[in-house]
Amino acid sequence: MQIRLNGDPYQVAGPLTVADLLAQLEIDARRVAVEHNLVVLKRDAFDRAAIADGDEIEIVNFVGGG
Amino acid sequence: MGTFTIAGKTFASRLIVGTGKYSSPAVMVRAHDASGADMITVAVRRVNLDRTKESLLDYIDTSKYFLLPNTAGCYSADEAIRTARLGREVGLSNWVKLEVIGDERTLFPDNEALIEATKVLVREGFVVLPYTNDDPIACRKLEDAGAAAVMPLGAPIGSGLGIQNANNIRIIREFSRVPVIVDAGVGTASDASLAMELGADGVLMNTAIAGAQDPVAMAEAMKLAVRAGRLAFSAGRIPRKAYANASSPIEGLVGR
Repeated sequence: MQIRLNGDPYQVAGPLTVADLLAQLEIDARRVAVEHNLVVLKRDAFDRAAIADGDEIEIVNFVGGG
Repeated sequence: MGTFTIAGKTFASRLIVGTGKYSSPAVMVRAHDASGADMITVAVRRVNLDRTKESLLDYIDTSKYFLLPNTAGCYSADEAIRTARLGREVGLSNWVKLEVIGDERTLFPDNEALIEATKVLVREGFVVLPYTNDDPIACRKLEDAGAAAVMPLGAPIGSGLGIQNANNIRIIREFSRVPVIVDAGVGTASDASLAMELGADGVLMNTAIAGAQDPVAMAEAMKLAVRAGRLAFSAGRIPRKAYANASSPIEGLVGR
């Protein structure tokens, strides 16, 4: 299925959860926040949040700033 | 006199430093250490999906530093609120340095949107530290909106111009019941001292340290400047006078 990941189209094999997606991307879930269709998820909800075709996912972390 | 408290949390240092623009993570780590700061700001951005870059958090000892996520780069209340919510989930702290920018060239805040975003985030339980203009009325409105501190700019972000309107900073301090942190515009140590001498409770800076030729030395200079400025403020300076007032006695001069 195709989702929108950080603003860009992204192909991914479903079914999968947000936790699965982070694992596939080799992203440490403890260091990011995820917004799923404009709703910010709690970290303990990552393994329950099922991703569907067309979903919009934003994954953010901390970077240098002032 | 040494510590200060925001929203019930006490900090050992009155200097808050950023994590942007360093030439390398190693320099940043040493500069943070030299600054003596215990609160540091970070930005919230999309992850790098190729995972080739290291994470900022690889270089920050979160047992030593309190992280203050910002909403830099946001141009509307909605964007800033969205970014604040994401930052809360990354860092698991409900503190935010709230920025709503109104203009690209100056990066001056949009006060109307800033006040609106402050109200929403306070209602959601955030500890909101808004980056604002050096406007006492805007600061009062932010305080009324529930801001835990106000952070008036000294000069535009990254400009290094120093405090452009010292009198406003003094008035903001006089009006405020919450801590006042001068945020942005510091160029060198005397700017930080002046902020503290005007009565600011703290100073926040990034570029002045990260952009210095020797960031580690400048970080130490800023640590000392903030301390010196605070001490001078607490000590109570002498009044300004137009004419001289001799320090040595007039009596007993030889030959008179």
